[in-house]
Amino acid sequence: MGIDVLALALYAASFAGYALHLYRDRPWSGRLATLLLILAIVAHYYALLERSRAIHAIPYDDLYGSMSLFAWLLAVTYLGLETYHRQRAVGSLVVPFVMFLLIAAVVAPSNVHHELRTNGALFALHITITVLAYAAFAISFLLSVIYLIQNRGLRHGRPGLAFWRFPALEVLERMSRSSVWVGLVSLAVGTALGFVWEHRLTGQFAIADPKVLVTLIVLAVYAIYLAIVHAPAWRGARAAMVCACNFVIVLFSYTIVNVYFTGFHRFF
Amino acid sequence: MAIDSIGEHNETAPRGRAEVALIGCNHLTAPVELRERVAFTPEQALQAAKELCQSGTIEEALVVSTCNRSELYGVAEESDGSLPDALVSYFSEFHKLSPRELNGRIYQHAGRQAVRHLFRVASGLDSMMLGEAEILGQVRDAYNRALGNGSTGPVLNRLFQGALEVGKRVRTETEIGARPMSVAVAGVKLAERIFGDLKGRCALIVGAGGVAEQVVEHLRMRGIGELQLANRSYARAQELALRMGGTALEWSALKIALDQPDIVVTSVSGSDHVLTRTMFERSMSARSGRAICVIDLGVPRNVEPTVEGLYNVYLFNIDHLGEIVEQNKKAREAEAPRAEAIVDEHVSKFLAWQSSLEGAGLLEALRSRLEVERQSLFAAHFGDVSRASEADRERLEKLTQELIDRIVQLPASRLRRERKLHRPVEGLAALRELFGLADSDDKEKP
Repeated sequence: MGIDVLALALYAASFAGYALHLYRDRPWSGRLATLLLILAIVAHYYALLERSRAIHAIPYDDLYGSMSLFAWLLAVTYLGLETYHRQRAVGSLVVPFVMFLLIAAVVAPSNVHHELRTNGALFALHITITVLAYAAFAISFLLSVIYLIQNRGLRHGRPGLAFWRFPALEVLERMSRSSVWVGLVSLAVGTALGFVWEHRLTGQFAIADPKVLVTLIVLAVYAIYLAIVHAPAWRGARAAMVCACNFVIVLFSYTIVNVYFTGFHRFF
Repeated sequence: MAIDSIGEHNETAPRGRAEVALIGCNHLTAPVELRERVAFTPEQALQAAKELCQSGTIEEALVVSTCNRSELYGVAEESDGSLPDALVSYFSEFHKLSPRELNGRIYQHAGRQAVRHLFRVASGLDSMMLGEAEILGQVRDAYNRALGNGSTGPVLNRLFQGALEVGKRVRTETEIGARPMSVAVAGVKLAERIFGDLKGRCALIVGAGGVAEQVVEHLRMRGIGELQLANRSYARAQELALRMGGTALEWSALKIALDQPDIVVTSVSGSDHVLTRTMFERSMSARSGRAICVIDLGVPRNVEPTVEGLYNVYLFNIDHLGEIVEQNKKAREAEAPRAEAIVDEHVSKFLAWQSSLEGAGLLEALRSRLEVERQSLFAAHFGDVSRASEADRERLEKLTQELIDRIVQLPASRLRRERKLHRPVEGLAALRELFGLADSDDKEKP
């Protein structure tokens, strides 16, 4: 709990830095925000490590572990994007989500009913990489929403005051595309690892499980997004709209399917 | 000599009551016809400052002259308040203007008001376009020139360094200069909002309006790659292409010219639409739906308004840009109180420094006066060596010297404290008068 709170405090400080950077365009506050985010990620990592040591597995079985792991991977993915694209303006929108997830994780009941069959490095990798994919898709969703709002302001010739601080439309599109690539590759690898692990465990593939089917749909819709993002009729706002809508399927897969439909993904 | 190389020693040298004053006119007090007549070239500014310093009454002088203002700054020692009049007199003589021509056009400030005026100027608060950035560079240039010319001294050095510091703080700590305030910059900024970096992008300029030229200038500053120019007169297009560094296009090639550029700027006079929806529909297909930013500066509009509905065409007309400029103007005005607070803080800081400088001068004068009195008393009472032994005399000398040190020590430490608190010391003139420390009082000494 202690390290969680430290991580949360560091995320909050990082958010303050990103917000100041966005509001006042202060380069030093942006750099400080990034530094604080790195420290928050390190602290958060130790919180997850502590949890993993206690349950001898990657924390995913309960709401706490799942949300905390998701929040951590969201922060890591964002940091990667920020470094690659040299854009800090979106940090003030991503970090609050990370904080919200971490707060929810801390206050959520943490009754762990760990199944021994879910041990092992392969399974841990399957879970971690798949959650990374969801985090990357979440960021691409956020970037697409910003794109659509900015695009609307530009189309009407009335950009708001915050408009001047966010990245340009083409930059947002590039960032969103990078994020989707990370998500798509991670989900493909994670799904493949899941199949391998399941085959090792049961000697068969549960292709017909709703979770598997929805995951394949998610892979398909994001692959379609990457295919149309350069097409004359789709590039720009329409592609951003597709990317944003795709995330609805991700949310459906991560929540409703996990809780109500799947036979063997009954954790958060 | 660069600003940074000014030593602290000349800033803290004790001096008397130095008065800062300025006179001048700006866009608020004088029409452009008069401003043109009273403008100083850099050479004239140096000459004027030198002549003012040689006049005898003014110790330090500096001229700030831009397209919107001409100002003379002067510092006089032991001023009796006549410094602004002396500056006005020189100003009118220099520009060969009669008092009637300058009547009501000239402003005069002294002391706190003069300091405050310069700090507001350097911050862009006194500019025609609130928060403009160029003025800080112009003040810096004027100061560096005067510094090299030797017409500035400790007071103007401190004053102008303070002004540059205020200007920098206002720009970094407030949003007063953050958003575009001209139609041309607003157009370019909008293009940047679509494409990000404009380096290597292609722009097409249709027509040759003045604002379009400003847009081109800003596009060039941002490293635009290719520039194409089209005009109804091909000869004019070639002339513009030569001047702006681009490629001239035939007017008839306009239809296919839309296939390439990322940014189109139109500024054509005439009532017909120069660029139509049909032309854009064809070009969008040819350019694979690549986004295009169209800045229509024409009145009546040069681009058919229905073009706005085309996918990935971002059309901005003069009203859109004007609205953005107006919105930004309000945002800048909202920042003005924060900038004024920074100015006030630095005015107090400068006045405290100036006051401590005067105080130090006063204490130095007091010490000298006491020393003279001490020497005089010694001469009167111990002139005859037989009346006291050498040891007694030395002890007494040491004692009286220490007494003087103790008398001066307390006010000196209080002066230092007030300086640290950026508080001016009040009543220095009265003290000077009371102790008979003014220059004119020297003659009254017994």
